[in-house]
Amino acid sequence: MSKVGKSEVRVDGFDKASGRTKYYEDRMPAGALYVRIKHADIAHGMVKSVDTSAAEAIDGVVKVLTCFDVPDIPFPTAGHPWSMDPGHQDVADRHLLNRHVRYWGDDVAVVIAENDVAANQGVRALKVEYEELPFVLDVQKAMEDGAPQLHERFPNNILKHTDMRKGDYQKAIEEPGLIKVEGWYDTPTVQHCHIENHGCYAYEENGRIVVVTSTQIPHIIRRAVGQALGRPWADIEIIKPYIGGGFGNKQDVLYEPLCAWCSTQVGGRCVRIDCSREETFVSNRVRHAIRFHIVTWLKKDGTIQARKVECFSNQGAYASHGHSIVAKAMGSFPQHYPCENMECDAWTVFTNRPAAGAMRGYGMPQASFADECNIEDCAKALGMESYEFRKKNIMPQGFHDAFSGNTNYYDTYRECMAKGAEYIDYARKKKEYANDTGDIRRGIGMATFWYNTAVYPISLETSSNRMLLNLDGTVTFQCGETEIGQGADTAYAQMVAEALGLASYRDVRVKSCQDTDITPTGLGAYASRQTYVAGFSIRQTADLLKEKILKYANELTRQSVACMDIVDGNIVRKEDGVVLMSLSELAMTAQYNPVHSEHITAESTYTIRNNAYSFGCTFAEVEVDIPMCKVTLKNIVNVHDCGKLINPALAAAQVHGGMSMAIGFGLSEQLIFDEKTGKPLNGNLLDYKLSTFMDHPHLEAEFIENAEPTSPFGTKALGEPPACSGAPAIRNAILDATGVAIDHNPINPHVLFAEFSKAGLIHDDWREEEK
Amino acid sequence: MSAQYKLVHCTVNGKAVEKMVDVRASLTDMLRNEYHLTSVKKGCEVGECGACNVLIDGEAFNSCIYLAVWAEGKSIQTLEGLLSPEGELSDIQQAFVDETAIQCGFCTPGFIMTAVEILNTNKLYTDEELRKLLSGHLCRCTGYENIFRAVKKTMYRRQGKTIDF
Repeated sequence: MSKVGKSEVRVDGFDKASGRTKYYEDRMPAGALYVRIKHADIAHGMVKSVDTSAAEAIDGVVKVLTCFDVPDIPFPTAGHPWSMDPGHQDVADRHLLNRHVRYWGDDVAVVIAENDVAANQGVRALKVEYEELPFVLDVQKAMEDGAPQLHERFPNNILKHTDMRKGDYQKAIEEPGLIKVEGWYDTPTVQHCHIENHGCYAYEENGRIVVVTSTQIPHIIRRAVGQALGRPWADIEIIKPYIGGGFGNKQDVLYEPLCAWCSTQVGGRCVRIDCSREETFVSNRVRHAIRFHIVTWLKKDGTIQARKVECFSNQGAYASHGHSIVAKAMGSFPQHYPCENMECDAWTVFTNRPAAGAMRGYGMPQASFADECNIEDCAKALGMESYEFRKKNIMPQGFHDAFSGNTNYYDTYRECMAKGAEYIDYARKKKEYANDTGDIRRGIGMATFWYNTAVYPISLETSSNRMLLNLDGTVTFQCGETEIGQGADTAYAQMVAEALGLASYRDVRVKSCQDTDITPTGLGAYASRQTYVAGFSIRQTADLLKEKILKYANELTRQSVACMDIVDGNIVRKEDGVVLMSLSELAMTAQYNPVHSEHITAESTYTIRNNAYSFGCTFAEVEVDIPMCKVTLKNIVNVHDCGKLINPALAAAQVHGGMSMAIGFGLSEQLIFDEKTGKPLNGNLLDYKLSTFMDHPHLEAEFIENAEPTSPFGTKALGEPPACSGAPAIRNAILDATGVAIDHNPINPHVLFAEFSKAGLIHDDWREEEK
Repeated sequence: MSAQYKLVHCTVNGKAVEKMVDVRASLTDMLRNEYHLTSVKKGCEVGECGACNVLIDGEAFNSCIYLAVWAEGKSIQTLEGLLSPEGELSDIQQAFVDETAIQCGFCTPGFIMTAVEILNTNKLYTDEELRKLLSGHLCRCTGYENIFRAVKKTMYRRQGKTIDF
C-alpha cells in the first residue's frame, strides 16, 4: 500500500493543537539580556553622533552599542546558497549598524539591558544627530540623473540591469495592420505577515557562537553570521526550532548577525532580539514593488507578433535578494506566452524604502499581474474571448526552455484552464453577467502563471539527509530542508516510509529542529524546492539504508540480499512473501549482538541538476457595487499541476494560503509611505489590511496530477505557485463586471473611486450641488 | 519594589495559583513567564492578531492587552488546559488536526480558544455568523478555509448533526 498520495494528518499536528510546540521564544534561556534597536526616524542621512549617556544611566542597561562601534565588514543578506564564483556572490552592502542610514527604520544603535523595559527606555533616551540627505521613494525617479544616491558604487541607484532579446522586435512591429496594446502596470509593496515575528537569541559556548533563530535557512545563516563577524563559518552553530511562518522574509539574514555580535560584546552572555510587529513591517524585508511597461503587437488572427517588456523593481535601501527577483519576473514572459520577437529589460533600483527580499512567489505574483492584465486587454482589443486568446497563445505542450532544461511534457495549461472553467461555470456566467446593468454588476475573470521548481541551474541545488534505524524498527530522519508550516516534515515522513517499505509514515521520526552542527547540510525552505529536492536524496539514502539492513538480515536469516525486501516494516522473502523478521527484531539484534553489533544508519547528499515547470490558473467571480466602490469576491478557484501529490490534504491547504495572499495582493494589502518624509504610515496589523475571515469566500483548490518525470516521486513546486495568479484574475473579473481596466493593485475602494470617476461610472453629485 | 509588584491570585487551567507580578505586565507575560504556558503566543502585542487569546471566566480575550493584575480572582483557561488528564485532545483540537487547519501553528492556540468560546454557547451559527465570530484572528498560512471547516464540523457534531463539505 503506497504511503504517498494519501491525506495523512501532520506529524506535528498533535503538538501544535495542544500548545506544546516550541518556537524560538519558548526555548529562551532564563536571564537572557534584551537587545532593542534604535531605528532611524529619517529616510536618508548620515549619523553625526549618538549621545548614549542618558541611556547608559538607566538602571538595568548593560551596554549601548552604536554604528560607530561595529566592525567595518560589509556582508550580504540574501538567503542564497554560497557561490564559489565571486562574480555570482550576493552584493555585500550591509553593516551590523549603519552610519549612512538609507530608509526610515534603518538600524543605528542598540541598547542591551537586563529587562525589556530598561532596553526600551534606553532606546528612547538615545540622542541621534543626523545630517539629513534628500531621499527618493519612486523607482524611476531614483534612476534619474541627480537623484539622491544610496550606494556609491551603484550610479543612478541601479543595482543591476539585464535584458533578453529574441527575433527582431523593431522589424516585426513594422508589419502593417498590427494592433498595439500598451500598458503600465504597478504592483505594491507588501509584507509577509507571518504571525510569528522574527526573533533570535545568541550565546557563546566553548569558544563558539550559538544562535537560535526563527529562520527558513539555518545553514545559510551560519555562513552569513560568520561573514558579518569576520569569524570562521564553522565557529557558528545555528539552531532552527519550529517557526511561525516565513513566506520568504525568513529566507533572508535578518537580525542573527547583530544578535551574535551583541553576545560577543557582553562576554558571551545570552542576548535576545525579538522583533515587534512594527519592526517586522519596516525593518525586515518586503515584497518588491515592480512597475511594468508592456507593449504587445497583435495580428488580427490573434497571434502575438511581438512584445516589449520593461520591468522596474523597487529594491528599497539594501540589495538583499536584489536582481534575482525581477530577473525571474522578466524571464517568465517569453515562456508564458511565447512569441517570435521579444525585447525585455529589467532594472533593480535602490530607493529609500525598506529593503525588499524574497516573498512567496519571488517576482511571479508581480509578473503574473502585469502579464495577465495586458493579455486580457489584448483579447479585448481583438474582440476575442480571453479564455480562447490564452488557449491560442499560452505555452504549448512540448515547449522546451534550453536554460532550465524544462519541458512542458503535458498539455497542462489547457487542462488546468478547462478544469477551472468547469468548476466556476465560466462560459455560462460570462454570458449571463454581460447583461448586468445598474449599480451592482457581476463579473468573472481568469489568470494563469508558471513557476520553476527549485533554483537549478542558477544556483547550487543540493539536499542531504540522514536515516537511523531505531530499536523499535522506526526510522529517525534528518534533513536541512526546513519545516516552516507548509507540512514538509509530513511529506518527508511519507516519502521515507514509501522508499524504505515501512508500515506507516508514523514510523518515521522527523527531527524537525535543524542544528547546523548535527543536521546534514541543506539549503532550507525556499523556491518551492523542499519536497522536490528532498525526494532525490530520500530515495538515495533509503537505498543505502535498505542495503545495510538487508546485509545484516543476510547474516541472521542466511537468505541472499537479492531475495529479500522490506515490506510494511518486515524483512520478507520476495518470492513467497514469507516474513523473515521484523525491522524491530533486526535492529535489537544488531544493536546488542555480542559478536557483531551495529548501529544501522545511512546518509547521503544528492546534487540536483534538474528543474521542473509548475503550472496553474485562477478563476474569480466578483460582484461590484459601483457607487460604494466595493468589490465582493464571490467565488474563486485555483487549479494547479504540481505533479503527483504526496499529501492531497496538505497540498490543498498550501493552495488556500497562497490564494489568501493573492486576494490580499489584489484587493487590500499595501504598505504606504509619507511622500514628504519617507515614513511608513501603516506598518501594523490594524492599518495594513491583511485579509480576515470576512474577506474570503470559500477557497477551492483543484489539481491536475501530471507526474513530473524528473522527480523520483513525480512531484514538483507547490509552495509559492498558489500566490501567483489570484490578483490578476480578480482584476480581470472587475474589468468584466464594469468595463474598467485597473492596472495597479491593490484594487481597494480608494482606487475604485478614482477609476470609476474617471470612467464616468460615478458622479460626485454632492460636490456638484455645492457649487 | 512594593508599588511595582502585586500578588495576583487566580485560577489557571483549573488550579488555584498566586504569583507576584509586575503591575505593568500583561496577562500574556504572566502566563508565559510565570506559568510557562507558552501556547499563549505573541504576534503583535497590541490586540490585532489574536494569537494570545485565552478564556477569562469563559470569555475570549486578547491577553496581550489585558493587564496581569486584572486577572485577580478570575479563572483563566489556556490551550494547555484543554487536554484531558490522560493527555487526549478535545474535540475541537482533534478537528483542527483532522481538517488540516494547522500549518505553522502559531495562530492555532488563539483560534482554538475562541472556537471553545463559540462552541460552548451550544448554538448553531450560520456561516456568516461563524465567520464574524472568528474574524478577530489573523492567519497567513491557511486562508482560514480549513479552520472554518474544523469549527463548523465540531459545532454540528456537538449538536449531534453531521455536515458535509
